[in-house]
This record gives sequence, structure tokens and C-alpha cells, in this order.
Amino acid sequence: MPEPEGAHVPDDAWRRVSPKYIVVEVVGSLIGMVVFVGGLVVVHLLWQPWWALWAAGAVALVSIVGIALEPRRVRSIRYRLRDDDLLFRRGIMFQRQVAVPYGRMQLIDITRGPVARALGLAELKFVTAAAATAVTVPGIPMEEADRLRDELVALAETRRAGL
Amino acid sequence: MSAPARPAPVTNLADGEWHRLHPASPLLRGGLVFIAVLGFVIANLRERAVDLLLPVFAPEADEELGPRYDEWQSDWVNDPIGGVVSHGLVGWALLALAVVIVAVIIGFWMSWRMHTFRVTREAVEVRRGILFRSHRSARLDRIQGINVSRPLFARLFGTAKLEVSVAGQSGNVELSYLGSSLADGLRADILRLASGVRAERAAADAAAREATAPSQAAPAAAATAAAAATIDAVVAPAGTGARPDGTGDGAPAAPGTVEPGAAPAGPARQAVGARAGALVNQRVDEFLAPELDPDLAPPESVVHLPIPRVIGSTVLGGSTIWAAILIAIIAVGVSTGQTWVLFSFVPAAIGLVSYMWSRITKSLRYSIAGTPDGVRIGHGLLSTGNQTIPPGRIHAIEATQWVFWRPFGWWSIRINVAGHSVANSNEAAQRTTVLPVGTVADVHRVLALLLPDAAAEVDPLVGAGLTGRGAGAGFSSTPRRAVWLRPFSWRRIGWAAADGVALIRRGALVRSLTLVPLARMQSVAVSAGPIDRTLRLSALRLHTVTGPVSAVLPVVDRDEASVLFERLADEAVARAASDTTHHWGALPGGAPDAG
Repeated sequence: MPEPEGAHVPDDAWRRVSPKYIVVEVVGSLIGMVVFVGGLVVVHLLWQPWWALWAAGAVALVSIVGIALEPRRVRSIRYRLRDDDLLFRRGIMFQRQVAVPYGRMQLIDITRGPVARALGLAELKFVTAAAATAVTVPGIPMEEADRLRDELVALAETRRAGL
Repeated sequence: MSAPARPAPVTNLADGEWHRLHPASPLLRGGLVFIAVLGFVIANLRERAVDLLLPVFAPEADEELGPRYDEWQSDWVNDPIGGVVSHGLVGWALLALAVVIVAVIIGFWMSWRMHTFRVTREAVEVRRGILFRSHRSARLDRIQGINVSRPLFARLFGTAKLEVSVAGQSGNVELSYLGSSLADGLRADILRLASGVRAERAAADAAAREATAPSQAAPAAAATAAAAATIDAVVAPAGTGARPDGTGDGAPAAPGTVEPGAAPAGPARQAVGARAGALVNQRVDEFLAPELDPDLAPPESVVHLPIPRVIGSTVLGGSTIWAAILIAIIAVGVSTGQTWVLFSFVPAAIGLVSYMWSRITKSLRYSIAGTPDGVRIGHGLLSTGNQTIPPGRIHAIEATQWVFWRPFGWWSIRINVAGHSVANSNEAAQRTTVLPVGTVADVHRVLALLLPDAAAEVDPLVGAGLTGRGAGAGFSSTPRRAVWLRPFSWRRIGWAAADGVALIRRGALVRSLTLVPLARMQSVAVSAGPIDRTLRLSALRLHTVTGPVSAVLPVVDRDEASVLFERLADEAVARAASDTTHHWGALPGGAPDAG
């Protein structure tokens, strides 16, 4: 099919997400940790079962290890715009790599949580007809996310396929 | 737009005009409940009515009834009729009853009147609702399948429900109910329009269909006249937009409503009795006719399910284990005197039995055939249904063999199709099961129907895919170290590719062969957990639309996986770009003819 001008692929290289995204993840983990540990401490104060403090300590330890690994985890998130599809990979322990053809994208979502918004970051979610695709690129600067979305929508339009 | 002034019985519903459903539709949709309630009330009051009328016809019995009249006067709750009679409110009661009946009839008539649909060259549109109007339209090139189902009651009325499923949850366009033969004709017309075939051919086909299948309840003279009119309408360059959509008034002057009784054709008035007899005969014929019209499909492509196999496969199915467990629990409970077991598990047992029964009855009279407009699957004994899946709508296919079926060589085939909602799981399971149970030869035949373009290249691989193990016959082998992750099935796990179709073979206890047409694959993922990585293995997953089939290659050598990943990603793009199945009829080589 004839390709209109302006629908070319911008840049074929692996891109990383913003390092500021580490803060978002760390804050999320910290909140989770505080809630769990706090709950267990309350349990300890009220009923004093022998396991409450141990559990609280274990949760705190796991969370701290997780937070320590957060920079590496975030660094492992990468995406790449190839000629006909988007490659996305993430994970250090459980690695996953997905290829989504542009023509298969049904819609592209931009979502922003409160912490991410404070840091000027956004999350790009790619939706295909398959629920299992589950490609979400987090930690993209807001203006770049907007630009990327428009580019990808244009690409999807030129390579539109049926379902 | 040729607007005939007289309301002629319509024989072609796909002429771009607004049409109404079968007049009995409201009755069939909701009215059966009303009739059931009415029947219940009448049955309960019959005795009382006899008592009331007895004095009129047999005055000498009055003395016996005297005391009972006194009882009635005081017992409003248990005997409202008696109360009404004794207080002289009979007139009011009859008036109220008449008002209710008239209101129901008006409601039915209004809902029938306001429920219109039309089939244009672009879409199927439905307008409905009395107070809250809704207008739904389904684009023809997004149609994922058309189902014609005939529940038992609808069959007695000679009607059928036509459902156009489009991609998306609960996005189906439902036309319930239509005249039985009209529904079949409309399905053919929608598919023909969707296939992008030229209008001339459509008109020719419509004329041919008129000649072979006279529409029901239509006098022959009027039928031919209407046929001429509708062919004009088809050939006329889409005058479909002539009626503005915004009118929303139910189009009282809409031509061509389905009104069998309103035909003023004089000659038809003669011999009403003969017509009624013919109607009954036609109903009986329809009832006894094979589910699949032999004219529609080449008979050699039809898979037959012998009844013993259907029953045997159900008895040997996975539900049998549950049945055994339930019976054991109930038996133990009864023998130890634990009566609560009965209350909690007997309903489950009843549910299980009814599931097995419905599976058996729905598998009876099963047929599958390739038509030029897609694969047609029919089933059902009393309530029949059939489904037509146009070419290029199947996103994944899986043939599975449960371990108890292995001695008999039975397989079942399920598919993923977009838009078959997950909501109604029973119905969805029904629709995604293409072959309830069949032999290996049946699997070959059904796969050839489902993948007509790739059948020649896929077919040689199917044998090894179903039962083979290890390398060879086109399938890849899995390294021996995968035994740590898949101790039983690692030898069976493998993949192959043929003509744009990826085949994945896996499973030892439940053997499975998954086929994914790459032209419709949504995305592909390769993943590896810590154990996978120490063993230098990966898992590969082909994402398709939601459905019962998931295409997963659970273990594969890591280097092989990355090569395969690239290959699938590239081929998916290439195949999708060259895929033209959404307008299958417009292919230069003509329709993919199954015959």
C-alpha cells in the first residue's frame, strides 16, 4: 500500500525510560511497605501473636531489597520502534519481550499517576485485540509521550490491518 | 428508491430498506412468559370457574354450594375471584382484565412497530425501543460471524433468530425473530454484501433462490411480483440513504413490512383451508428437515458424528470425574447419615447431569461444511442453531485430546474468534467448539475447512502434530534439559510453520495442537524466568484475541526462541499486510470455493 509521508519510523534504537521513574516505583514500594508493616505492628500491639513482628521484619526486608533493585529494574525497561512493530522488553529476573505490529494497535492510552504527574512522567499503554499483549511503557516524559502517541497512531493508521 | 405503494410480502430483506421483524417476535421474546403466567392463573382458577358456572347450568346443585359462597366472601387472599363475585365487582374485574390485555397487546404491537432493521452495503442497522430509542449499526467488513438459531418455540412458529456478531464485547446485533427461510436468505445476503461481490451477482443469486425456495406464507403470484421488485431494489444503485436516519418515528410508512395477512391479493383468498394445511405441512417439513440444507454445501465436506460417539465421548469426558467425585460424596454422606450433604451436593449433581445432557443434545445433528461465504456449523436436536464464520475470522485453532479419549482416537477442536463474548460462558463455549468430538480424519477435514488457503501445506504436518513426539516430520525438537520443567510432555513440545500458519504441539496427558494464522496474530512475546535462564530455555507466547485457545510454546531453546520470535514478528506483519480476507468475495481469483 502507498505510505503517506510523515508516517516513517522516527528512530530505530533501543530507548530507555526516564531515570526519574525510579522515584515513582520507590514511592509505590514504600507506601506498600508502610501499609503492610504498619498493619502487622498494629496486630502485634493489639493481640501480640508471636509471628507479627517477624512478619513485619520480613516484609520490610523484602521491600528494601526490592527497592534496592529498583534502579536495575527500571533500567531494564526498554522499547524500540522498528519499521513495522514496537519491541518492548523488561525484567531482570523474569524477562519478557513483546513485539506488537503497529497495524494491530487498537488504541493507545496515556495514564498518569499522582507521583508520576508530579515528576512530569506519563505511562503509555498499547491495547491490541488480544488481552494478553499487555504492553505498558512507563516513565516517559509527558511531552514525549504525547508526541510518541501521535506518531504511533499515525503509524498504526498507515499499517492498519483487520482484526 | 422504488417505493411500492402496496404492502407486499417481502422476500428479500437486504435491499437497503427498513424492515420489521416477524409479527410474532414480541410474543416469542417476552410474551411466552406472559402466556405461561396466564396459563398458570387459568389452570388454578378452572376449578373455581366450574363451581361458579355450575349453578347456572345445574340449579339443583345450588344448595350444596351455599355454605361455600359464605367462605368465599371472607377469604380475599386465597380466593380473589370468589370475593369479586360475591361483592358484585365482576364488571370492574373484567374491565381491569381487558385493560391489562389491551395494554399488553398495544405494548407488543408498539415494540414490534418500533423495531426495524435494514441491511445496506456498509452495515446492518437496528432501531428499537419505545421510550428509549436505540440505533445500533454493525459494519459489514467487521462481521465476525452470523448465527441463526431456532429455539424450540420459535421453530413451532416457523421463525428464527439471526445474530450478527462483530468484534467487541456485547456488540452483537440481534434480529429476533424472523421468518425461518427469510433468516437464511438474509444471512446469505449479508455475507454476500460483506464479501464485496458485485450487485449483479447478488441479484442473480437472489433470483435463483426465489425460484428454489418459495418464501413462506406468501401467495405464489405475489411472491413472483415481489421478487421482481426486490431484484430491482438490489440492482438499483444503493439508494439506501434516501430515508434520513434521524426521523426516528418508527417509519410508519416504511414499505415492505413483513405482514403475511395483509396481502390484498385477491386470488390468494380462495381455499384458506388448503393454505392452512400447506402451512402445517411446511412447518412439519421444516421441523424434520436436516439441519443443513444439502443444496448449500458439498456433502463430502460434512463431518458426521455417530450418536454412540457423542454419548461415549461425553461419558468419558472430564465431567465424568466430577460426577464420580460427587456420587462418592453423596453416597458417603447418605450412608453416614449426614443429610446436609444431600442438600449441598445434589444440586451440583443435577447441574452436572444437565450439562452432560445439553452437551449430548447439542452435539446431535451436528454438521460442518464449507460454503463460499465461510464455514457453517450447525447443531441441535430440538432447538437448532447454526453459525457461519466468514473466511479470515479465525484467530486460533486448537485440537485437543483428553487422555480418556486416546484409546478411541477422538479429538475436539476449538477456535478463537473475535467478539464472541466471554459473558455468557455456556453459549460462548458452544460457539467456540467447532468439532465436539471427531476422529483424526475428521480433524484433517475440519482443519482444511477452517484454513482453506493454507490447507495444502498444513495438512502433512497435522498427523505429527496430533500424536507425534520428538523431532522430525517438520516439527522442532525440545532440548533434553527441558525435562526439568516438563517431565512428561517435553518430548512432545515442538513447533512448525507452514504457509503463514504457526503450529504448536504440546501436552502428554491432554494432547494439543494449536494453529495460529499469522495474518491475525496480535503480538508475540518471549519470556524467561530464573529457572528457564539457568537451563537456557524460554517460553514463547503468541497473542490472539480472547478465547479458549492460548498459543503457548512452554519450553524452547533460548537461541531458537529469539530466532523464532523475530521470524514470527516479521511474518505477522507481512501476512497481515497481504491479507485481504475481509473482502473475501472480491478476490481476483473468485471466492475460495469449498467445493
